Amino acid sequence: MIELQNVTQSYGGSALLTDVSVQFAPGSFHFLTGPSGAGKSTLLKLLYGELRPTRGHVQLFGIASTNMARDQLARTRRRIGVVHQDCRFLDHLSLAENIALPLQIAGQLTPADRQNLADLLVWVGLAHRSDALPAELSGGERQRAALARAVMIDPEVILADEPTGNVDWEMAQRLLQLLIELNKMGKTIVLATHDLNLIRAAKTQVEARVLRIRDRQVQLAGASL
Amino acid sequence: MTSLLDFLRGSQGDGRFVPPSKLTGRLTLAAAAAMSFLAVFALVLTMAAHRQAALWGQTLAGTATVRIASPHEPEQVQAALVILETTTGVNAARILSEDEHAALLAPWLGPDLPLQDLPLPSLIEVELSPDGIDTLGLNLRLQAEVPSATFDDHSRWRAPLIDAAKRMRNLGWAALGLTFATLAVMVALSTQSALASNKQEIDVLHLVGAEDRFIARAFVWRFTGRAVAGALLGTGLGIIATLLLPNDPAAGSFLTALPPNGLGWLVPFLVVPLVAAVAYLATRVTVMRLLKETTL
Ligand SMILES: Nc1ncnc2c1ncn2[C@@H]1O[C@H](COP(=O)(O)OP(=O)(O)OP(=O)(O)O)[C@@H](O)[C@H]1O
Ligand SMILES: [Mg+2]
Repeated sequence: MIELQNVTQSYGGSALLTDVSVQFAPGSFHFLTGPSGAGKSTLLKLLYGELRPTRGHVQLFGIASTNMARDQLARTRRRIGVVHQDCRFLDHLSLAENIALPLQIAGQLTPADRQNLADLLVWVGLAHRSDALPAELSGGERQRAALARAVMIDPEVILADEPTGNVDWEMAQRLLQLLIELNKMGKTIVLATHDLNLIRAAKTQVEARVLRIRDRQVQLAGASL
Repeated sequence: MTSLLDFLRGSQGDGRFVPPSKLTGRLTLAAAAAMSFLAVFALVLTMAAHRQAALWGQTLAGTATVRIASPHEPEQVQAALVILETTTGVNAARILSEDEHAALLAPWLGPDLPLQDLPLPSLIEVELSPDGIDTLGLNLRLQAEVPSATFDDHSRWRAPLIDAAKRMRNLGWAALGLTFATLAVMVALSTQSALASNKQEIDVLHLVGAEDRFIARAFVWRFTGRAVAGALLGTGLGIIATLLLPNDPAAGSFLTALPPNGLGWLVPFLVVPLVAAVAYLATRVTVMRLLKETTL
């Protein structure tokens, strides 16, 4: 589904990832962990094509991201829901409009979509904030909204970068639950996090694999967690 | 009504996907208003020049004059009249009366002229048929029988006047073209600056799956809306200013008959859709080109 083939990534200076090959199979659940600055966000950006690999290839649904034109990449992203670490909203639109944005772009909102939107807002605990502007939200509220936007288009893959970084443990579990349910429905999930407790909580419910970035490589973590 | 206002603000339709940018929006509105105002004048001038060219062409083309330089010799005048009446291409020929002479000269020499004391030429007004006349043949016959007579079909007067009116008209079209070209450049520059200041929003739209066409549409809505608002303002003011121009066709001068007449008044309103079209194209071309240059 999404695959890194011998990818080396550097931002001008020394390489952050060297000759990395990983496959994300359909329906799999991956955690991505590693120290701050190791390159978790960088790896996720490769997976949705915001970054193109310095060397090697990233296959998105069978096509190398390096070979995609802008519009083709845009269409591919409709199949990938992304929670960015810095959330990224349109600051002049309300929360509800931001969450509905991917659907609006893909076409008109159906009544069923509106119902889904309302349900989703309740699930992430933001129903009472739906008219607020992104700038008026707390960090945790923004993260929840970003997750809601990512799942709104019913994507095949969900990439979440620290979606629980700013929320309390109870809310973190709730968001995790949402991702686990989506995984059970067949979605592919990649979740970057520092939070080992979250990983442990997930492992009791789904078969999750843990990838750790260390020494510019992506390693499969053992059962030590 | 609210949706019309939304449209003029550019926040209707896909326009709301880019934030309203106050500065570039106002600049576009002001530029469109100024250019529309100028375009209305260019149009009014062009139309007036058109009318004038046609008028001069018509009124002077149908007539000619025969001047008999020897004063007070009625036989000569009669002889010329006979020749004229037997010439093909002449519909009618008529000796100008003394009163008419006086009227012609009054603007220069004042009324109450003792005409009979002046060595004035006699004038015969000739009405020509539209089929034309053999000027050379007529001149030869006149020379033979009435040597002091000269035939004048006004072409000497007509040609430079019509030429001037035509040049005026072409200048009008050029001014109109330049006005719209300038508007296109201004809108393109505003679009470019809006694009630069909205880079974040463009990236977000692209990240959640918007193709370039969609992003372009958002900007096109914004700018076309603002441009139409400006065009309405500028065209309105231009038409009011045109109404205030002197309008007295009877005074016979180009400058006193500038405003259009009848259905001609509808023409200046065309400026609004033209501005909309120019703004639409300028925005769309600019956005698509700049997005294409963006890597990723
Ligand atoms: N656009 C960029 N230009 C240059 N360097 C960058 C850029 N983005 C990230 N980096 C660098 O690459 C390294 C990895 O960044 P990345 O954001 O991938 O880390 P991370 O693992 O997500 O960290 P965190 O856990 O803090 O989010 C960091 O040292 C960062 O400074
Ligand atoms: Mg990160």
